Amino acid sequence: MAPIPKKTIIRIENVTKAFGRVLAVDNVSLDIEEGEFFALLGPSGCGKTTLLRMIAGFELPTEGRLLIDGQDMSHVPPNKRPVNMVFQSYAVFPHMTVFDNVAYGLRVTGVTGTEVSRRVDEALALVRLEDYGVRKPDQLSGGQRQRVALARALVKRPRVLLLDEPLSALDAKLREQMRSELAQLQDKIGITFVIVTHDQDEALAMASRCAVMHKGGLQQVATPSDLYEYPNSRFVADFIGSVNMIEGQLSVDMRDHAIIHAPKLDVPIYLDHGVTGAEGGTVWVAIRPEKMVLAKRVQGAPPPQSDAPPGHNVVAGTICHISYLGSVSVFEVMTVSGLKLRALHMNPTRSAVEEFTWDEPVWISWPAQAPAVLLS
Amino acid sequence: MKTRGKKLKEPLDYLHRWPIQASLVGVAIFLYVPLVTLIAFSFNSDRRNIVWKGFTLDWYGKVFRDESLLAAFGNSLTIAAISTAASVVLGALTAVMLWRFRFPGKMAVEGTVALPIVVPEICMGIAMLVFFARVLPWPSNLPWPLNLGAIIIAHITFSFPFVAVVVRARLASFNRELEEAARDLGANEWRVFNDVLVPHMMPGLISGTLLAFTLSLDDFVITFFTSGPDTVTFPVKVYSMVRFSVTPEVNAASTLLILITVVLTAIALRLQGSRGISGQVG
Repeated sequence: MAPIPKKTIIRIENVTKAFGRVLAVDNVSLDIEEGEFFALLGPSGCGKTTLLRMIAGFELPTEGRLLIDGQDMSHVPPNKRPVNMVFQSYAVFPHMTVFDNVAYGLRVTGVTGTEVSRRVDEALALVRLEDYGVRKPDQLSGGQRQRVALARALVKRPRVLLLDEPLSALDAKLREQMRSELAQLQDKIGITFVIVTHDQDEALAMASRCAVMHKGGLQQVATPSDLYEYPNSRFVADFIGSVNMIEGQLSVDMRDHAIIHAPKLDVPIYLDHGVTGAEGGTVWVAIRPEKMVLAKRVQGAPPPQSDAPPGHNVVAGTICHISYLGSVSVFEVMTVSGLKLRALHMNPTRSAVEEFTWDEPVWISWPAQAPAVLLS
Repeated sequence: MKTRGKKLKEPLDYLHRWPIQASLVGVAIFLYVPLVTLIAFSFNSDRRNIVWKGFTLDWYGKVFRDESLLAAFGNSLTIAAISTAASVVLGALTAVMLWRFRFPGKMAVEGTVALPIVVPEICMGIAMLVFFARVLPWPSNLPWPLNLGAIIIAHITFSFPFVAVVVRARLASFNRELEEAARDLGANEWRVFNDVLVPHMMPGLISGTLLAFTLSLDDFVITFFTSGPDTVTFPVKVYSMVRFSVTPEVNAASTLLILITVVLTAIALRLQGSRGISGQVG
């Protein structure tokens, strides 16, 4: 694929939103590009919804500017912005039929006649609700109501579609299905999507780029895989997925390797790359459970060898808990030094479950490239 | 559905048990026997409401020939119609204001709006008497229906809080995202109000209308203090007739009033009901 020249569609410039003395959004700057599926991700109260509502126009920024398509929209009311929103509760008008719901945004802005029915039919076809036009919202399931909300927003042909926790009210199976449907829909129509979610799986699965928010500020903006593999802080590492976090001191920091001594670990941690941190300073090592390797520990046998120099990255311990989740099992290992580490193993064969058992002595090790070193 | 009893399958099956039936009959007697008596004796050919002598429609004929009673009746309906219309508009707007906006002294306003509901009617009546005597003397020589102005104003005063309370309660269940969705789709403030808020308020508006109308139609105490010799309403007129004796003519007139109220209520409930059903079935 040839690289498509990117065009900024939403530019957020030093935007701050204060509710009384509380800063819901604190000096955020962010560019969202045309055609992106952009996710605002964070725990509740991090300001992601406020940021989305400012893009929609329901909240006005206390400070800073918001540009859509290069035009300053900071103080333009929501009905005059080229964006449309899918609400968390879907907000489908209960007294109107599905058709009238979808047609509302057209009629209210003066579109009349056959164009209304043509565009409504088109939008309903897009969300596969062609035959539901005459129904009332209370005759629809939750998933169908959400499609109505989608069609109602898309019929306006917005430059950007905003989605506020769109999947949170659906049950787990439907949520997974809607995830891929939303992603396919976005791919098909090419409109920029900005979605707010607190569900990291949702963001990682759908988004082309995510912003992790924390206490009103942007913590990290990156692609899903970069967020997962190269988190820039303990908050992101901890928020996205599950992680073993080990605090330590940076004792060797060379161009091609680094060594970290963790007080709670009786072996040093070896990395195959340098860390741009001060030697002797406190760092945090984040290792994802699926990058941990378990091996049986037999009396007298040597520990398994990872790609790190001998005596690094391998710890003796005992399995203290097993969570069997079907496709994977999560093993909690209590190290001899008293640290609890988690290792995730796939169950590729039907007999794999019995490979390790409770209270079994094991070696837990990790390759030299596995740890992410965090300075904050 | 699961129940412990073997015969009982539905909640309504409990109606077949005798204590329930007995208490239902008791309630019905308590509520409706006085009304049935009133209606029955309006067809009694005896002058006195004590013994049944025979069936007649004479009293109804007499009612329709009694010009002062008919005038009072006309006054009552006119007052009820005008004061209801004004109360619904005023009450609905008050409710929207209290629901929508935050402003200093909101609690105080909310309290004072509800005040006419709790203030004893007699106090309201005297207050109205003083008000129209001292502050806003209503000229008595105005042409009909302008001469009813004082009563209409008094009726609006005590009925619009009921509308406001009912509509306010209805608004509490409004999902603000509906309003935002309409805004988002391009509606201005007025369209949001008209297309989204009013349809949601409709059941409240209908109940409020009914309340205001019946409150106005049968109000005696406050009206008594604000009516003049030329502006007698039906309850006030009936009271003056009853002062001498309760004649079957009064019964007949009252029966007609009951009939009107029941019919109006039925119509309103039907309107509300069809709306509710259409919301569920289509």
